[in-house]
Amino acid sequence: MQLDAKIPEGPIEKKWDSHRFHLKLVNPANKRKYTVLVVGTGLAGGSAAATLAELGYNVKSFCIQDSPRRAHSIAAQGGINAAKNYQNDGDSIYRLFYDTVKGGDYRAREANVYRLAQISVNIIDQCVAQGVPFAREYGGALANRSFGGAQVSRTFYARGQTGQQLLLGAYQALERQVQAGKVKMYPRTEMLDLVLIDGKARGIVTRNLVTGKMETHVGDAVVLATGGYGNTFFLSTNAKGSNATAIWRAHKRGALFANPCFTQIHPTCIPVSGDYQSKLTLMSESLRNDGRIWVPKKKGDTRSPDKIPDGERDYYLERRYPSFGNLVPRDVASRAAKAACDEGRGVGPSGLGVYLDFGDAIKRLGQRAIAERYGNLFDMYERITGDDPYKVPMRIYPAIHYTMGGLWVDYNLMSTIPGMYVLGEANFSDHGANRLGASALMQGLADGYFIIPYTIGDYLATTKLAKVEADHAAVKDAEKGVKARLDKLLAAKGSRTVDSFHRELGKLMWESCGMARNKKGLEENLSAIPALKEQFWKDVRVGGAGEEFNNELEKAGRVADYFELAELMCRDALHREESCGGHFREEHQTPDGEARRDDENFAYAAAWEWKGEGEKPELHKEPLQFNEVHLTQRSYK
Amino acid sequence: MRLTLNVWRQKGKDDAGGFVKYDVPDVSEHMSFLEMLDVLNQRLILKGEAPVAFDHDCREGICGMCGFMINGQAHGPLRGTTVCQLHMRHYKDGDELWLEPWRAAAFPVVRDLAVDRSAFDKIVAAGGYVSVSTGSAPDGNAIPVPKEIADRAMDAAACIGCGACVASCPNASASLFTGAKIAHLGFLPQGQPERERRALAMVAQMDLEQFGGCTLFGECQDACPKGISIDVIARMNRDYWLSALFSAPPSAGAAASG
Ligand SMILES: Cc1cc2nc3c(=O)[nH]c(=O)nc-3n(C[C@H](O)[C@H](O)[C@H](O)COP(=O)(O)OP(=O)(O)OC[C@H]3O[C@@H](n4cnc5c(N)ncnc54)[C@H](O)[C@@H]3O)c2cc1C
Ligand code: FES
Repeated sequence: MQLDAKIPEGPIEKKWDSHRFHLKLVNPANKRKYTVLVVGTGLAGGSAAATLAELGYNVKSFCIQDSPRRAHSIAAQGGINAAKNYQNDGDSIYRLFYDTVKGGDYRAREANVYRLAQISVNIIDQCVAQGVPFAREYGGALANRSFGGAQVSRTFYARGQTGQQLLLGAYQALERQVQAGKVKMYPRTEMLDLVLIDGKARGIVTRNLVTGKMETHVGDAVVLATGGYGNTFFLSTNAKGSNATAIWRAHKRGALFANPCFTQIHPTCIPVSGDYQSKLTLMSESLRNDGRIWVPKKKGDTRSPDKIPDGERDYYLERRYPSFGNLVPRDVASRAAKAACDEGRGVGPSGLGVYLDFGDAIKRLGQRAIAERYGNLFDMYERITGDDPYKVPMRIYPAIHYTMGGLWVDYNLMSTIPGMYVLGEANFSDHGANRLGASALMQGLADGYFIIPYTIGDYLATTKLAKVEADHAAVKDAEKGVKARLDKLLAAKGSRTVDSFHRELGKLMWESCGMARNKKGLEENLSAIPALKEQFWKDVRVGGAGEEFNNELEKAGRVADYFELAELMCRDALHREESCGGHFREEHQTPDGEARRDDENFAYAAAWEWKGEGEKPELHKEPLQFNEVHLTQRSYK
Repeated sequence: MRLTLNVWRQKGKDDAGGFVKYDVPDVSEHMSFLEMLDVLNQRLILKGEAPVAFDHDCREGICGMCGFMINGQAHGPLRGTTVCQLHMRHYKDGDELWLEPWRAAAFPVVRDLAVDRSAFDKIVAAGGYVSVSTGSAPDGNAIPVPKEIADRAMDAAACIGCGACVASCPNASASLFTGAKIAHLGFLPQGQPERERRALAMVAQMDLEQFGGCTLFGECQDACPKGISIDVIARMNRDYWLSALFSAPPSAGAAASG
């Protein structure tokens, strides 16, 4: 298979404009003849469904929650980037583009990232017009804050609830189209397979999560905006329902999966408290502006933090990275915490934690000032842990947070399956090997509001699509496959719960495919995971029936997919003999423990093709060309 | 600690339902309330019984998916806290708890503690937006918005749509939910052109969905995990009456194409 990214010709700043000019348009009167299936109602799917409907297409929109407003995007706290340069501090489209490519450790496609930076400014305008209550200055202008990895202030925010407010904007736009009859909404509905006809994506098989009823929806194009796959690790900051099922089933139907091993770990999360733990909670990155991170110098020091004098504390980030200190990027901060704990200097009952201490900041600025900046985060921390961070340092530990990898897409956001588009965190496109803070919300909305409405039109205008009946052989086939799989899960009637398998898989992945990876660990996983998968299919206990509300059955189907995806993640991590961004191979580091990239051999996107059950997937490479950005080794010393 | 749970079990909306007693002997104070239910469910599954169904997703207090009554209180005893953020350290050994779904005609039970809140979506669809299609927006700073106004809009916009207000209202009114959206958009300059039509359409839809009327009990604001104030209801009423008095009600078609 030859991967064609379809990057337009011309200088980088003209590519998107000239591409839009060359894209074919669908005549307004014809738009209503087309049906687009949009799976997912997060920032990416919600904005896409609303905009396509505004243009006149018929849209069917699907989500697993009881309302489109509850997609996982709602949980984003910090903010959204845009190259508005309202602060007059030297920002520009070019700088946002440059920062994003560099932040991604030079593993993203330049043309896509440039377009993202261009569109970022329109996103803010659109959201303001929808009534998103962004933070404002006293004079009435939009306020900005700075965010990790950038030297300019370009992050727009709505208190600590930016994702919520942006999503409600998209949701309201979507509901307007529901009311207008242009969108038909299917909440509590899970996509379980993709239907291909004549090699093109023409439908999806779904299960109604209340009644268990299966249904097939046919359309002229399919848009997947189903989010990331961080929950492969069981414990992550993602919502419990976030899952990889839609993209994985599409992968098995022929969509290549790119850079699966590029996962992001967030350094400041609340540590695990026990084996009943169901998810991890993120504490905003902004805390590192005033909090100092430390562990005891001595191994196994169990004194309470206030009994450890300053001279016996190791402020390891300040020591190792004097110029960036506590503000080093996410991947660097996470690995340093792991290293401290691996040395036996971690704190808290499990030994897997480090202190984030506001003592000095409170002394310097007063408790009031700290409460103004971080009050709601401190409250949340206290609610969860029972400790008061004004008095006792917070304990934090890294956790899985975001997945840069995803289904491979070309410049038009189309996957390797014609007619199937992938948006938002579900695709691999813009963040390379590491995503900068406040860039996921930007990408989701860029994809949904401003890219897909153009590119899908070109496909529909230039493609001959035969009419598909609901009883087409391919439809029946897909339905049969889905049903057989559900029956098999129900029939196992084994002795272990779905969660117990998922936790075990998560542990394997966290230990060997998490913050640091090595050949031995990855190879062990490549035999342990298939073995666990086999045991799962024999010994899982789901209970209940298929034709009813059955949360265990939903989870079982997703976990079955995670086994296969986890294997691919390990395979990808094993093949990538370099360290870059979130992917740290212990074999590839500098003498002082920093990541060592190999641009000569690995400046490509690794796109994997499913070859069938038990077969080795095939690797395809999309070489990355850097004409604008100068490749350098990142240094935060 | 050891707890006794009386959990409302109901197979579907047409089933009668009733309480079932469960003994949970090994609760850690560090668990969240939902993790405690997870532990119970794991045990039920292995015993071949159906796990307790409850809605949840983010478990961070922001998606609004979780929510049920604990001893008659929406989201349990802690103010400003959704049930997913409630931790077991607020309970003690030997406590007996009663868990029930939201009770409201507009929220039929889906199963056990999960209810159908799609009536909320319909209220928003009736007019809870600014009608601005993608691409037609002016520059974000073209219209200044004073900080106080933006802050007040944000206070109202913080609603997570969980339904606790409806569940704790003796009339099962959705006024806090509806008022919050009307207030959020009504504060901002962008929301002005449709302000009156919005209030009329959303209030009319609220009535259609079989929510009760508001008699200002104020239980809703005490139960709201996001601290939305009943001032939003006053704003809703004002917008509603102003538009009802001074303009003809919009036809359904006008609201839809809005
Ligand atoms: C705690 C947290 C904080 C964050 N903070 C920030 C931040 O400050 N700034 C930033 O830029 N990014 C942030 N991120 C990242 C960002 O929130 C996400 O990457 C982004 O919101 C993903 O949006 P999405 O539209 O791609 O997918 P999602 O919002 O995850 O939506 C997925 C949708 O797909 C649906 N779905 C999934 N599977 C199926 C299926 N099989 N069938 C039917 N429907 C399905 C779901 O129901 C949902 O509607 C944060 C992430 C987390 C976890
Ligand atoms: S699960 Fe999201 S608010 Fe409780």
